[in-house]
Amino acid sequence: MTPALRELEILFPKGLLHRPGELAPYESDALTAFRARPLAVVLPESHEEVVAAVRWCQKHRIPYVARGSGTSLSGGSLPVEGGIVIALNRMNRLLRLDPKERTAVVQPGFINLQVSLAAAPYGLYYAPDPSSQPVSTIGGNLAFNSGGAHCLKYGMTSNHVLGAKVVLPDGETASLGSESLEGVGPDWLGLFVGSEGLLGIATEVTLRLLPKPEAYHTVLAAYDTLEKAGEAVAAVVASGILPGAMEIMDSLAIEAAEAAVGAGYPREARALLIVELEGEAPEVEAEAHHLEQVIRSSGAYEVRVAQSEAERMKIWKGRKAAFSAVGRLSPDYIVQDGVVPRSKLGQALAEIERLSERYGLRVANVFHAGDGNLHPLILYNGRVPGELERAEELAGEILRLCVALGGSITGEHGVGMEKRAYMPEMFSPTDLEAMRRIRQALDPLELSNRGKMFPGGEPRPPSGPHPLERAGVIVRE
Amino acid sequence: MQHRIDPEKVGPQGEVMAHAIEACVHCGFCLPACPTYQVLGEEMDSPRGRIFLMKEVLEGSLSLEEAQPYIDKCLGCLGCVTACPSGVPYGELITSFRAYSEPKRRRPLFQKAFRMGLQETLPYPARFRAAARLGRLARPLKPLLPSFLRAPLELLPAELPPPEPLPERVAAEGERRARVAFLAGCAQQVLQPGFNRAALRVLARNGVEVVIPKGQVCCGALALHTGERERALRLARQNLRAFSGDYDAILTNAAGCGSGLKEYPLLFRGEAEEEEARALAQRVKDIAVFLVELGLREVPPLKEPLRVAYHDACHLAHAQGVRAEPRALLRSIPGVELVEIPEGELCCGSAGTYNLEQPQIAATLGERKARNILATGAQVVVTGNIGCHTQIQNHLRKLGQNLPVLHTVELLDKAYAGQL
Ligand SMILES: Cc1cc2nc3c(=O)[nH]c(=O)nc-3n(C[C@H](O)[C@H](O)[C@H](O)COP(=O)(O)OP(=O)(O)OC[C@H]3O[C@@H](n4cnc5c(N)ncnc54)[C@H](O)[C@@H]3O)c2cc1C
Ligand code: SF4
Ligand code: SF4
Repeated sequence: MTPALRELEILFPKGLLHRPGELAPYESDALTAFRARPLAVVLPESHEEVVAAVRWCQKHRIPYVARGSGTSLSGGSLPVEGGIVIALNRMNRLLRLDPKERTAVVQPGFINLQVSLAAAPYGLYYAPDPSSQPVSTIGGNLAFNSGGAHCLKYGMTSNHVLGAKVVLPDGETASLGSESLEGVGPDWLGLFVGSEGLLGIATEVTLRLLPKPEAYHTVLAAYDTLEKAGEAVAAVVASGILPGAMEIMDSLAIEAAEAAVGAGYPREARALLIVELEGEAPEVEAEAHHLEQVIRSSGAYEVRVAQSEAERMKIWKGRKAAFSAVGRLSPDYIVQDGVVPRSKLGQALAEIERLSERYGLRVANVFHAGDGNLHPLILYNGRVPGELERAEELAGEILRLCVALGGSITGEHGVGMEKRAYMPEMFSPTDLEAMRRIRQALDPLELSNRGKMFPGGEPRPPSGPHPLERAGVIVRE
Repeated sequence: MQHRIDPEKVGPQGEVMAHAIEACVHCGFCLPACPTYQVLGEEMDSPRGRIFLMKEVLEGSLSLEEAQPYIDKCLGCLGCVTACPSGVPYGELITSFRAYSEPKRRRPLFQKAFRMGLQETLPYPARFRAAARLGRLARPLKPLLPSFLRAPLELLPAELPPPEPLPERVAAEGERRARVAFLAGCAQQVLQPGFNRAALRVLARNGVEVVIPKGQVCCGALALHTGERERALRLARQNLRAFSGDYDAILTNAAGCGSGLKEYPLLFRGEAEEEEARALAQRVKDIAVFLVELGLREVPPLKEPLRVAYHDACHLAHAQGVRAEPRALLRSIPGVELVEIPEGELCCGSAGTYNLEQPQIAATLGERKARNILATGAQVVVTGNIGCHTQIQNHLRKLGQNLPVLHTVELLDKAYAGQL
């Protein structure tokens, strides 16, 4: 043990992992194509312990990565080789729930789904619902501005976070946002949400809760082509209906989900569209009527409406299990996460199919159609030499396609390691420089999640004070 | 997940393990389902972490000693199998890994002796009975004993029921509807002979002729799950012989034994009896499943309504996928109000010999289960496994609660007899 590590052990007598058997399981997140062994893992149990860990990293100039449940699909919580992992899984308590104010204050390791479970007795819930919601943490959701099926109507994590207590990379504590929706001054919290752990570590998060919708109306429509399903989405939106969720799955995804949970989907369908209306009962009823007409004329060959809560849950269970279920069809896969304008969905899907044929790799599609957020899953076998590289190339082509169609390289899974090379395709050098300066203002040594998000891994020497810093808005030390 | 395991080098179950590791996509959906992860909050003690560790050991990039402590803490409850969307056969992986690693590891002498002692007593009712008697005599010495000997003493009941040899055959009442063979279970015979008596009465009452084949022995699950493959094979071979007759089904009323028998195809992989083992496994049924399929003869209504909490034994729910049938049986007793236990999928910490080998985690889980049960306001707890029964009873008592804990068939039996 080095003297520095011994110092860390004194800080974390019961929360330091450093043996090879302890470190190996922290080597990757849900994207196992990347792995790196950290120097150590610490498991803080309080805000103060996070501060202590970050200060220790500053002192010894050792990079660190915050980690929630490690479900990032972009290498976001991949350790930095020789760095420290700050795993927040022991900071997993609900601190306060105020049904009158409709807020919940949680520690960062608290699990997304648990928020809704805790709020349920008051008729409230937490709206952002990534498929990983039974596992992923609020801290991770915040860092990636995660979204899910129902974010079409209600927005992403950023729309549901009111405040956060964060430990900045220099070890100082900042409180961002406020407990109400009407904050004063610039939206610092907005800057922090989606910053992928580069601007600091959240140790306490205040969430907004919503009243549970009074009624749901869930429709499952089967199509004989993927394109028709894509066009149906555009038709629904054009009709003026605003569903809570609109999701598409293609035949591979259907096969996987059926194998995993037996959701009872029509197996021979080439594409399934799930549309869910939610809100107050009379409103939902009226919209349901309208929706039925739109779906009927969209060329669906089978339409089912969930007749009970159990049937509704079954439809969703298949959709939510689909990503991991693809593991049944292939030993390895890459989940891509790109966005295209809704009107270009059909075109994008046809193009992806063509690419899949050209590369000789199967691509499963399961995605948030309502906001044009595609999730092509590229199936490959890592043991076949060259397949991983081909899969990565194909993934790259899909991203370029998204940008070319006027979309973006990530909807919700973040840039992480995986997509940092694509940042220049989306942002101009000036944009990137501006982002870098903000980062350097807070973290001149680039210790916090070093090597992620920005193209190229190594930190650059700190540049001079930023204009915002000179103006006293951002403060170092 | 990608791996560099050479199945040839790893031995007969190399394929099985490599396949399981391949199916894992590292998504983490199993984390919330894992009792040790819930208690310890560390990746090494999660299913995903354990799979990764086993992979590293099998690839040769991590020493067995480094991985062992975390593999040892796995309860084998298979909560992760239920939670995993990718269909990772974790049970086959851990069982095969234990068989692979046990001969390679060095254990301290006292630990070896203790494990050997368990293997040589628990599966044999007469020996178990003798040991239990000795244990009771040793109880006053408890404070002086090392901790690994203290745990088993705490689990022994104050009073052992008198032994009751089972008949070889029980005739059906009324018209005969089926003829089955019955596995009596080993620890269960000593600790709770009432389970078997109740099972036989309920079966007879439903027109089932029951044969309790002589020559049957422990199913071998205990040995198999602790990596003693040879010992497990020896026991299993005797059972293949004992249960070879022509029966409509082979019944068990202990979840662990049922899933043990269903694991014979894995155990016999590559052995001459592989086919025979598969045939046997296909005929094995938990008594609740069998009764539901057969259709219960009418149960008289209870005198007073009864609030019943059903506890899912891991080896029924997760290992055999049996959840609906025991509930259906209970619901068919007029007057029973069935309630669900919060965190019902989480193991109670009993898990075979786990509460002997990892007493601290087992106790944390046991208390958590007992508190969750109490939260339901149930008047009776029902379960289908002897291990869970003992564990839950102990932890309810520790909390000062005297809630009765019954086997599913015991409640049915009492209802038929009009005792409730
Ligand atoms: C099967 C599957 C389905 C998924 N479905 C979706 C989906 O529908 N929508 C979606 O948006 N995502 C989805 N994801 C991706 C992933 O679940 C989300 O990105 C999630 O928010 C990550 O949470 P986590 O707790 O696992 O964080 P981790 O993976 O541990 O970390 C993610 C990032 O957050 C940072 N971080 C973690 N905690 C903190 C903190 N307290 N403060 C600052 N930074 C922190 C990490 O450094 C890292 O950069 C899915 C993943 C899987 C495996
Ligand atoms: S849920 Fe299944 S695939 Fe996902 S990490 Fe756990 S075992 Fe692996
Ligand atoms: S068997 Fe149980 S204890 Fe073992 S990894 Fe799976 S869930 Fe965890």
